[in-house]
Amino acid sequence: MTLFLQQIINGIALGSVYALTAIGYSMVYGVLELVNFAHGNVYMAGAFVYYLLAVTLLLPWWLSFVLAVVIMGFFGVLYDAATLRPLRKAGLPKFTGLISSIGVSTVIYNVFFLLLGAETKLYPTFFEGRLLRIGSLSINYIYVVIVAVSTGFLLLLTFFINKTKVGMAMRAVAQSAEAAECMGISTNRIVSVTFFIGSALAAISGILSCMSYRSIDISVGTAITIKAFAATVLGGVGNLPGAVIGAFAIAIAEVLTAGYISSNIRSISSFIILILVLLFRPNGLMGRSVQKKV
Amino acid sequence: MRMILNRKRVFLILLLLGLIALPFAGLSNYMIRVLVNCLLYSVLALSLNMFSGICGQISLGHIGFFCIGAYTSALMALRLGAPFVVCFLFAGLLAGLAAFLIGIPALRLSGGYLAIITLSFSEIIRLVILNWVSFTRGPMGLPSIPPITLFGIRFASNIPYYFFMLVFCILVVILMRHIINSSFGRDLRAIRDDEIAAEAMGINCYWNKVTVFSCAALVAGLAGSVYAHCMRFIDPSSFKTDVSFLVLSMVVLGGMGSIAGSITAAVVLTILPELLRGFDDFRMLFYGLALIIMMLLRIIRPETVRRWTAPVRRALSPRRTVDGSEV
Repeated sequence: MTLFLQQIINGIALGSVYALTAIGYSMVYGVLELVNFAHGNVYMAGAFVYYLLAVTLLLPWWLSFVLAVVIMGFFGVLYDAATLRPLRKAGLPKFTGLISSIGVSTVIYNVFFLLLGAETKLYPTFFEGRLLRIGSLSINYIYVVIVAVSTGFLLLLTFFINKTKVGMAMRAVAQSAEAAECMGISTNRIVSVTFFIGSALAAISGILSCMSYRSIDISVGTAITIKAFAATVLGGVGNLPGAVIGAFAIAIAEVLTAGYISSNIRSISSFIILILVLLFRPNGLMGRSVQKKV
Repeated sequence: MRMILNRKRVFLILLLLGLIALPFAGLSNYMIRVLVNCLLYSVLALSLNMFSGICGQISLGHIGFFCIGAYTSALMALRLGAPFVVCFLFAGLLAGLAAFLIGIPALRLSGGYLAIITLSFSEIIRLVILNWVSFTRGPMGLPSIPPITLFGIRFASNIPYYFFMLVFCILVVILMRHIINSSFGRDLRAIRDDEIAAEAMGINCYWNKVTVFSCAALVAGLAGSVYAHCMRFIDPSSFKTDVSFLVLSMVVLGGMGSIAGSITAAVVLTILPELLRGFDDFRMLFYGLALIIMMLLRIIRPETVRRWTAPVRRALSPRRTVDGSEV
């Protein structure tokens, strides 16, 4: 029982990291219907930028954190403006955006590979090895921080999307870009905002997860791409609360698979969940079905 | 019309003669191996083109079927000592069967979802092979796979592999032309252009997609078998998703649905990294940039490209269908 609870707690910490990444995915898919393959490597890049600022340039951790997140946010905006917006403007089919994002992903990966090499590095963290004990459970302090920070950002985002004007415009663009444009909403600006938020959240998630593993290497982005996508699909694409629930479900399934079956097949569990959902409930747990129109 | 067809035939015959003479033109063993790789990638790109180009569906898991083909063939040769022809055919059949079983559920989806689910399946295939150590030796790979022996001839150097792949590639081209010009191919193109309209015209989109997906996988599996016997060593790291991306970008670079385009792109994208060997670390960076630039170049209107390339195209003059679109 203790083992089980311990696993669930690990799952929740992992899940809140997945949730931050999945939300960025879900937002971009909601607005553009684009599977953003570069998202996982934006996550990796965010973690590395923090590493460069905090370890190489020796900036204070809070400044590094803010800078890394803002830099990645602007990177997201630039990425959209330079490689995706021209394709949309020319009215090219959706797969061109998909391939462009694969290209961007490859570029990010290799730039960091050339800068920092492939070896695993020690990542700066807090509360080194200190544990919070509740009964027979011991929880890493960093997990508490991760869950708190993630929850904070999720609440902030919910407020932003539901209560502010820009958030309302974002929902409008997600429902119908054309109708939103007719109502005087600049879709390009909304897409930029979406990319800024999505990439910034991915960076936050990357930094937090590397802090919890206390190490970083350039392959961290590859694994998260599929997991975040699985979480998004599980919750219903474009549905933000759904993405969060999906992320926790995927993370807990993964942790339990690793704990009770074998850690070799922990990645397979998220693939299998993804496939089952796509087969039996393609609109996700919380998504509404969309009628195809001619 | 007759004149153009004749000129085209002459061009094809010259091309074929050139390809037959190529390995005897004093090329080193390494260069012939590169040519064999060009042909292997051409076959892979052509087979994916059946699915992505003609039918307009995106698969990011094509390498999975290549992998199944390679492992089936290698394991049959190593464990059962089966002759090459049997391994080869079984590799294709098993890859096709796997695609059929995967396609039945997966092809109910389209677009980005299909891309992700095919990617997931190919990763599952790779992870299963990686972890099933007792059967596939996992990360250690399968060494000393016997070379191809066909009609009593043992393929000792790269030259017989070159000719084998050349014949295979030509057969795939012929198969693809037949598919494109058949009623099945017309159904597929209708699905690519507008799935809802195609469905309304009574085309069974779903079964057509499953069929073409299985055919594409079958060809990829056959290519995998040749790959295994040619390399004589395979391990799961050769079948990563990057290769699927590479093959898809060949199809896209060559032009969706174009046979000559796929082959040209496959040759260019196979030889280019070899030329860039000196810049090993930068190779993938260039490749990523190339993908982005390729997509951005598509903004140039097709009419403009057509005007620029008109003289070349007139010389090669592709056959046109009734509606004027190229095949």
